[in-house]
Amino acid sequence: MREKSKFILLIVLAAASIAGYMFIELGPNWDYALPRRAEKIAAIVLTGTVIAIATLLFQTVTNNRILTPSIIGLDSLYMLVQTTLVFFLGSTSLTVMNKQVNFAISIGFMVVFALILYRFLFRREGQNIYFLLLLGLIFGTFFGSFTSFMQVLIDPNEFQIIQDRMFASFNNIQTEVLVMAAVITAAVLLYLTKFVKYLDVLSLGKETAINLGVDYDYTVKRLLVIVAILISVATALVGPITFLGLLVVNVAYEMFKTYKHSVLIFASVLVSIVALTAGQVLVEHVFTFSTQLSVIINFVGGIYFIYLLLRESKT
Amino acid sequence: MVEVQSISKSYGLKAVVDDVSVNIQKGKITSFIGPNGAGKSTLLSIISRLMSADTGEVLIDGQKVNETKNRDLAKKIAILKQSNHLSLRLSVRDLVSFGRFPYSQGKLTKEDHVYIDEAIRYMELEDMQDRYLDQLSGGQKQRAFIAMTIAQDTEYILLDEPLNNLDMKHSVQIMKVLRRLADDLGKTILIVIHDINFASVYSDYIVALKDGKIEAQGTVNEIITSLTLKQVYGMDMSIQEINNQKICVYFS
Repeated sequence: MREKSKFILLIVLAAASIAGYMFIELGPNWDYALPRRAEKIAAIVLTGTVIAIATLLFQTVTNNRILTPSIIGLDSLYMLVQTTLVFFLGSTSLTVMNKQVNFAISIGFMVVFALILYRFLFRREGQNIYFLLLLGLIFGTFFGSFTSFMQVLIDPNEFQIIQDRMFASFNNIQTEVLVMAAVITAAVLLYLTKFVKYLDVLSLGKETAINLGVDYDYTVKRLLVIVAILISVATALVGPITFLGLLVVNVAYEMFKTYKHSVLIFASVLVSIVALTAGQVLVEHVFTFSTQLSVIINFVGGIYFIYLLLRESKT
Repeated sequence: MVEVQSISKSYGLKAVVDDVSVNIQKGKITSFIGPNGAGKSTLLSIISRLMSADTGEVLIDGQKVNETKNRDLAKKIAILKQSNHLSLRLSVRDLVSFGRFPYSQGKLTKEDHVYIDEAIRYMELEDMQDRYLDQLSGGQKQRAFIAMTIAQDTEYILLDEPLNNLDMKHSVQIMKVLRRLADDLGKTILIVIHDINFASVYSDYIVALKDGKIEAQGTVNEIITSLTLKQVYGMDMSIQEINNQKICVYFS
């Protein structure tokens, strides 16, 4: 029952912050503002859902609660793709080029990269999952350095355009892209339902999971592909924002104090939606767009991360 | 019956298990003994499909392990490894319930709860079944994990150093439970064990490993002799008969 009341609390909070976002300072031209705000809210809810689920899955597979999927380097690859486009095609490519094409290119690169990384990892049997993380970390740094290299060479005006992409933002999302992202997400989540029952067992660790009859390699491979696609969708939609996942999944764990993924999935999605929507309200009405949402999230998330590290080191 | 047929496994150039063949009798307790690094744990991991062998086959009741569906194997063979540190917030009962996963796939039935209660009673965990794992001592945690293995209700139970972290009282308790599982329920039990006297008193068969090879195998009476143990461990032990049980005195 207490679980139920916590869910009700989260749903009320989510609904309140969504309503707040929709109706605060609506002004007289509501017939113009409402559909635009609704579109943004849809993007926020979608991103929040995707990031929360991807992080939860990733932490379960790695049995580690202070990791985020950004460690496999997808964020840096996204920046590399954006910078390369500007480098070779000029900044007009970002503004003029069809957003759907950009979205498709970004997702394509990220998913293909993740698949190659996994292929490399699973080709040899008995590879440690931390090997994947280490490789991802190295690739991420490589992509990051290469991106900086190109950014130094390009025209400062063009760099301005890229800089906009370096922070997650909900201020410039196209409906067509949003629909595309929603369709992909829905398909992936549908596929995920096949594996949900294994998640609790996987959190007990590799050996126990195998003992209990889970096809470990098969399941983990598919879960990691799901994570890669979800992260790619979110990143291509709004920019690098994976840090959010660390925050919301851990808040969900703290709030519900359970190991059951059937509860944790919904809890972290709700926490994620509340955090993003409330954050966006802050950005628009308190900071009046003087800062980006991802800056706030990274600030709060960073403090929480340090708190987690301090607490982990004590036990 | 578990048939191990010329299993080899090496890490790099070092052969950890080297052409080992052994048959494990049904309904008996078989102990694997040997010095550190003899390949006992690796062999147990290979038998239970946690690791794959470089060459050789493991057959369980005539079926090749690597060709059997994982979910079917989980109803036949259970393995418990030595290190079980979890950071999850899990109660003892939750953990034991996981033992039913191969049958229920997460949705527990009435029958599952009967098995869970039974396993908890078997390991005398009734009083602490609602406590969380992180509140338990090492020994209590170990017993909870063994209870999970019992709830899995498999014909074969493989335990890698089940007496780690346990005091004498609980070690004896666990060995007695294993004895009962073998004698009353006809389970086949394979354990890796370091305390040679526990192996001598509670097992039916002993397999002694050294440097990845089988040094000796047979009944307790055949293996627990000064000569064989000297070959295995490279130290002198005197064997005393106390209450019809062979006790090794190795404190020189």
